[in-house]
Amino acid sequence: MNQQINFTLSLADTTLILAQRNSEWCAHGPILEQDIAITNISLDLLGQARNFYQHAAHLIGSPATEDSLAYLRTEREFKNLLITELPNGDWAQTILRQFFFSVYQSLLYTQLLQSKDEQLAAIAEKSLKEITYHIKWSSDWVIRLGDGTAESQQRMYKAIEYLWMYTGEFFIPADYETTDLSAMEREWSLKVKDVFEEAGLIMPEKIFMQQGGKTGNHTEHLGFILAEMQSLQRTYPGAQW
Amino acid sequence: MATPEKQEILSLLKEVCDPEVPVLTILDLGIVRDVKINGDEVEVIITPTYSGCPAMDAISIDIRLKLIEHGYKNVKISFTLSPAWTTDWMSEEGKRKLEAYGIAAPHRSDTLRRDERIACPQCHSNDTKLLSQFGSTACKALYQCNECKEPFDYFKCH
Ligand SMILES: [Zn+2]
Repeated sequence: MNQQINFTLSLADTTLILAQRNSEWCAHGPILEQDIAITNISLDLLGQARNFYQHAAHLIGSPATEDSLAYLRTEREFKNLLITELPNGDWAQTILRQFFFSVYQSLLYTQLLQSKDEQLAAIAEKSLKEITYHIKWSSDWVIRLGDGTAESQQRMYKAIEYLWMYTGEFFIPADYETTDLSAMEREWSLKVKDVFEEAGLIMPEKIFMQQGGKTGNHTEHLGFILAEMQSLQRTYPGAQW
Repeated sequence: MATPEKQEILSLLKEVCDPEVPVLTILDLGIVRDVKINGDEVEVIITPTYSGCPAMDAISIDIRLKLIEHGYKNVKISFTLSPAWTTDWMSEEGKRKLEAYGIAAPHRSDTLRRDERIACPQCHSNDTKLLSQFGSTACKALYQCNECKEPFDYFKCH
């Protein structure tokens, strides 16, 4: 039971934190259409997060609610992947993270379709169609920037250098994870390699990989996100729209 | 076969529209999965279009109000996620209404992984281009017609 709750919370936290990060682009996107695109992706992720939190609250039982789980847990209790909490950086960094994440998310959720937990399988089924659009959009951008100007390519390499060491955590299982992550890792690399080839980008070498997010050991960035996201509920407990 | 009471409830639900695309009723949209009558309780089971669709709360309130208005005091709205909603559940009438409203109707959902030509709802030209995979709401993409130059929304397949 604990294992199932922690796993569900990790799925919830990861989608919530990436939704929160992407939403920072709202009204700051490079052009209006892309501003709308990244905020739409953010909304999809937030919807997925809500489904996972509602399910976790149901597993935990009263008085847990989707809101208490999102707004009243501390940094050490959050189990999101480190890559989701990193700052947005420039557009290259944002779209590359989305691409790495969406490919991973589609592989993981495809496995979740077989979950013994029917509600998790249902949330995965629902989310997968949304993720298909996220992959399409973000891989188009990786190709456009990688195969663009000298400046855009250089920014892609900077983004790769910054983000790559956080991609290993996708496939390092936490003790509450039972999915087969090693097979996923191969598929993930193949998909990323395909898109990188089309973008004229070279895959990085094997390097040291960061981890810790899944078990609550975060970078210095998560605390700031939570401070902003949770401030209203912590200042006015139970406040409603 | 639906009982007369269920028929009546379904015809009332035909009057509840999607707040974001008001030409479509929730039945056209295909999000009403079932209606159950348990004693004096009416349960309407709906499924979201997209996980984060902000219209779902408004739609549940509208269903409740519509039924209460017609004397159904004990109304329960339930959500189901599986099977996941698909634009293939949209009624043919709904698709016609969308086109007349200026939104290109969704193609079959098995085109999700392909790039398809979307016909302009204004002049019906097939010479159109995708401007953005993500439009004004989660369910739409933004296109432009190369013939009449008008931008238009496509209710993307899902
Ligand atoms: Zn036209």
